[in-house]
Order: sequence, then structure tokens, then C-alpha cells
Amino acid sequence: MNFTRRETVLLGLASVAATATGLPAFASLTDDAIAEFTGGADVGSGGITLTTPEIAENGNTVPIEVSAPGAVSIMLLADGNPRPAVATYNFGPLAASQSGSTRIRLAGTQNVIAVAKMADGTFQQAANTVKVTIGGCGG
Amino acid sequence: MISRRDFLQSAMAATALYGASSYGNWARLAAQQSITQDDLLRFDTFGNVSLIHVTDIHAQLKPIYFREPSINLGVGDNRGALPHITGADFRKAYGIADGSAAAYALTYDDFAALAASYGRVGGLDRVATVIDAIRAERPDALLLDGGDTWHGSYTCFHTQGQDMVNVMNALSPDAMTFHWEFTLGQDRVRDLVGGLPYAALGQNIFDAEWDEPSEDFEPYRFFERGGVKIAVIGQAFPYMPIANPGWMFPDFSFGIRDRRMQEMVDEVRAEGAELVVCLSHNGFDVDKKMAGRVQGIDVILSGHTHDALPEPVLVGETVIVASGSNGKFVSRVDLDVRDGRMMGFRHKLIPIFADVIAPQPEMTALIEAQRAPFATEMAEVIGKTAEDTTLFRRGNFNGTWDDVICDALLSEREADIALSPGVRWGPSITPGQDITREDIWNVTSMTYPNVYRTEMTGEFIHIILEDVADNLFNPDPYYQQGGDMVRTGGLGYRIDIDQPQGSRISEITLLKTGETLDPAKSYVVAGWASVNEGTEGPPIWDVVESHISKLGTVASTPNTSVKVVGA
Repeated sequence: MNFTRRETVLLGLASVAATATGLPAFASLTDDAIAEFTGGADVGSGGITLTTPEIAENGNTVPIEVSAPGAVSIMLLADGNPRPAVATYNFGPLAASQSGSTRIRLAGTQNVIAVAKMADGTFQQAANTVKVTIGGCGG
Repeated sequence: MISRRDFLQSAMAATALYGASSYGNWARLAAQQSITQDDLLRFDTFGNVSLIHVTDIHAQLKPIYFREPSINLGVGDNRGALPHITGADFRKAYGIADGSAAAYALTYDDFAALAASYGRVGGLDRVATVIDAIRAERPDALLLDGGDTWHGSYTCFHTQGQDMVNVMNALSPDAMTFHWEFTLGQDRVRDLVGGLPYAALGQNIFDAEWDEPSEDFEPYRFFERGGVKIAVIGQAFPYMPIANPGWMFPDFSFGIRDRRMQEMVDEVRAEGAELVVCLSHNGFDVDKKMAGRVQGIDVILSGHTHDALPEPVLVGETVIVASGSNGKFVSRVDLDVRDGRMMGFRHKLIPIFADVIAPQPEMTALIEAQRAPFATEMAEVIGKTAEDTTLFRRGNFNGTWDDVICDALLSEREADIALSPGVRWGPSITPGQDITREDIWNVTSMTYPNVYRTEMTGEFIHIILEDVADNLFNPDPYYQQGGDMVRTGGLGYRIDIDQPQGSRISEITLLKTGETLDPAKSYVVAGWASVNEGTEGPPIWDVVESHISKLGTVASTPNTSVKVVGA
């Protein structure tokens, strides 16, 4: 038969490969990117809202949205992708809102991370796990 | 001044007393074999608003048998919590006597013997009688359908849901939300929804292209009942394109979207809603989590996971009601809404004992009219069950019906391994009962029934088992899809439900040789209900029918192929 499961199968494989080690495979790249963005400063966890689906309907195009009122810059990362960097939004002083949305491709189940640099130079972070699954049998 | 919380807690205590006494009463009446319709319907009308909840009917127009699960494991915070108790633990929690009518309705033990005494359950003509009786006491009661209505039978498949729409329209619900309905395909869903004389709700049904709320469904609707402004917010099944074939409804996107749920609650409150009801197809654990995150929902009418609970579960100040499946139960919830707030409630889970509750004649005629064009084909007897065999599906792992289906896949498709979906619908067959074509369709009917036959490596089979197990046993309910574990034939395994994905499944064994599955080796696998477009093969009902007709008499043997750890 035409086993059209192939694409989802590959996604599933990637997902397991990433989770089997217990840590996302590209976590250190992510840590490095965050360290570079923050210059090693402490990172808090308030004042930033990251909206992602809990389970991706399609791992190839996952809608994500981030908002951090008062931010001058927001960096988005996907820690299980071979290249974790997704986007960095910069906001000028006249920006009406400090938010952004996009769609990203996820190689498998992983964390999507947003780090905001606030106007006072502090940093805030939010992270959500997005599951990429083969799917199949709902009740 | 007494707070709302105190009111709710005292109301809860009253419900508990009421519930316990009514359940205890059933037991006593049953012992005397004198349970009556009046006993089942008895309810001291309370407050000023009544809600009637039906859900997950799965197109079961006629009375059926339905065995509740013997295994229904909760994980994380839900370990051992409601609704994750079964059998004797369940009876103990609610003070239900062994062998009573309530024990038969709500637990699995002695199912075959109790089925012989208490008979079939459900039937929408009996449901109609119950709804009429409630409306006689409270003419403006709201009737709310939690979805999974237009799926699951021979007639529903052949009429593309029209039979259910006709019958439900006669019951005149006020609103509905959705899940399996979408597997009719988006064009058919739009057709049917466009013609509904009641509200089609889903705050989480979005346009996939623009990621904006769908124009085909309303997020909520207001009702004015008993002098109370009520908002009913719909919540469709969140994981439709993942658990079911997304290619059948590519224009739609779902998700839990609890932030938007909060926005909707705030919006309806701002517009003056005194009572906020969420008609949900989230599944019970997801509803519990959502109730803790979204503030201001008074009542969640919960569907999807097919749990039937004799008392509501309270999360904060939100009352969660679970009303079973397959037409077996109707929930009545009476509410006292005063000064713009819910001040108390009274609840009853009404079991639809088909031999006790009189059918409503107009509805019987309407149901027969839907069935008449197909009656001959449906009634054909394909086989029967052995005197010691009950066929059932519900439970976290293979039921006996699943074993029959997996055996059919193995023998009819000459496969090493069979995979069958862990859905929760499908009535039971009692010992010595004829198995008709309709019975086979009741456990297999769907719009993507093709039985594939393919090769999979041992490694890939392991990945599938891990993936499905995480959809069931992820400790965070928001990452669960609400089905049960994929059913397997020809395959044994060990599962430790407390481990993370990738580490739950071990000791995968090919049963016919006793060998451990080799990750690198390929095995012939037959399965059905693939979510992928273009799956080829005969429909599952033909495969099962051929198998059963060869067997003649279907006997089940205890299935010990899955070893569960951490339960």
C-alpha cells in the first residue's frame, strides 16, 4: 500500500530521538543563545506571555505568539530544533505594543522559549512544551 | 453573611446525601425487583434553572448493553482521583451495593449476570421520555448535547449523520458542541451545522488558515431561563486533527485555547451573564485542569472520556458533571441562581434502564423510520457469543471486542501483528447473544475504516506504542488526547505508566514465536483507522464480519499480553 504515514513517522522518530536522551538534543545551543542575549544576567519569569498549542496539529507549521509589555526586544527559540534560533523581535520606543506572532517548524516534541529584554535592562523568560505526536485514536 | 463558597459546599453536601440516598434506594428497590420509572426520575425540583446534559451518544438510537471499564488509570495528580476508580472502589466511593442496579449501571463486575437481570440501557426514545418528564417539571430547562452524536452506527454512516440530526432535532436541544462529527468531512459538517435549529458552539474552533475564530460556529450563546441570563460557551474536542484525520477538515483548527475561554467568560459576564455553563468535549481531566485555570465558569458539562459520575466534582467554585456515553445516562442539574450568581445546585445522573423507562411513542416511530431502509442488512446474524463470553471495549487496554477485531486482522490479513484504535465507543454483547451486522458496525463504524497491511520495523512499532501511551499517560492532562491505549494483537508488552515517553514500553514480544521484537527487523502489521490520507484496504467491518462468520461462535480467552506496572 501507499504508506502515507511516512512524513508523520519521520516526525515521530525525531520526537523520540529528542526525548529519549532525557534532554533536548540541542539544549546547549539554546543555553548559549540565551546567555549571549542576556549577557549572563539573571532571567525572571513574569511579564511575558507565550501562547503555543499544547500539542501541534502539524509540526511543520506551529502558530506561536508572544507578548511582553515594556520589552525592547524578544528572542524566540525552539530548543529541540537543529538550529534553535527562531526570531528576535526588536521594538522601538514608539512601538504601540511589544508582541509578535509567527508559525514555526518543530522537529519533534520540545520547548519553545521566549526571552524578553525589558526597558530597564532586566530579562524575563517563558517556556512552553509543544508536543509533536503521531496521533491516531481519540475516544 | 454566608459566602458563595459556603453555599456551594453545603449544596454539595446536600447533593451527596441526595445522591447517596437515591442510589441506596435503587439498590433496595432492585433487590425487590421493583425499580420503576418514577424511582429513576424522582427529583425535588430546585432553584430556578435546570440543565439537561446528554453526550457521546455515538449514534446509539436503540437500547444496548454497555459495560463500564475495569481499568481506568489516572496519572500525576489524577492518580486514584475521580473518575479514575473502577469496580469495588467505585461502589465504595458512592455507597453502591454489590449487585444493585447502580452497580450494574456504573461498574463492571458480574456484568453478564446483572445484564440478564437489568436488561439493556439507553435508547433515544427512552431518553425522550426522561427529557419530557424533566420539562414537565421545568418547561424551560436547557437541553445541551456534548457531541460525538453524529457518529458510530450503520445508519449514521449510511446517512452521513442525517439519522441522528433528525432524531436530535425532535428532542430539541438548545446547543451542541463537536468531535467525531468532523470526520463526516468539513463540507458535510457545514451542511448539517448550517441547518441546525439550535446553537453550534465551539470557542476553540478556528479557521486554520487565518488562525481566527471560525465563522461557522459561535463561541457562546445567551439564554434567558427562569429569569436568569445564562451563557453557554462551547468547547469542542481540542485535538481533532491529531486524534482524527485532519485532511478531512483542513479548514479547521482547534486546541484547548484556555486563554480565549477566559476572555469569553469575561465577555459574557460583562454582558450580564448570571450563570456561565461550559458545554465541553475536552475530556474529564482536561476539564478539571481548565476549571482551575479559567475563573468564572459555574458548571462544566463534561464529555469525551465517557465517564459517568453519580455526583459532580468541584474544582474551586466550578461544578463538573460527567454524563457517560452511548445514551446510557442523562444528567439533570438544577441550579439556584440569585443576585447574579449561582448559589447552589442539585444533581442526578439518571440511568436509562430500557426495560424500566417507557419509550416515547413518537420518538420510537421516528427512530424506526431512520432505520427502516437498512433494517434487513442490519439484522443479519453473523455469529453469536459463547455462553461464557461478553464482548466489550472500555478499559485502558484491550477489551474482548478488541481481541476479536485484532484476531480478525491477524487471520483475515495474514499479519504478524494487529493494531486497533483505543476508542471508547462501542456497545457490549452479552453471553449467548446473536452478533448482527449492526453490532459489528457499532464497534467499527467510521469514515476512515480501511484496513492497511504493511511492514513496520520493531523500532517503529515501539515508537507507536510509546507515542500512544504518552497521549494517555502524560501526567499533564493538557497533553492527553482522551482515548485508550492502542489495542494490539499478536504482540505482548510491559508498560510502566509512570515513566516518561520513550521509557514506558519494554519487553515487546511477538506472541506467535515468543521472541522479543527485533528493532531492526520488519514485521507484517495489519491495522485500521489510520489518520493518513490514501490508506488502502478493505473496510474493517467486512474483515470482522468475515472472521466472525467463519468462527460461528465467538469465545474470548483472558488476555494477558499486556503487563501493566505503576497502576
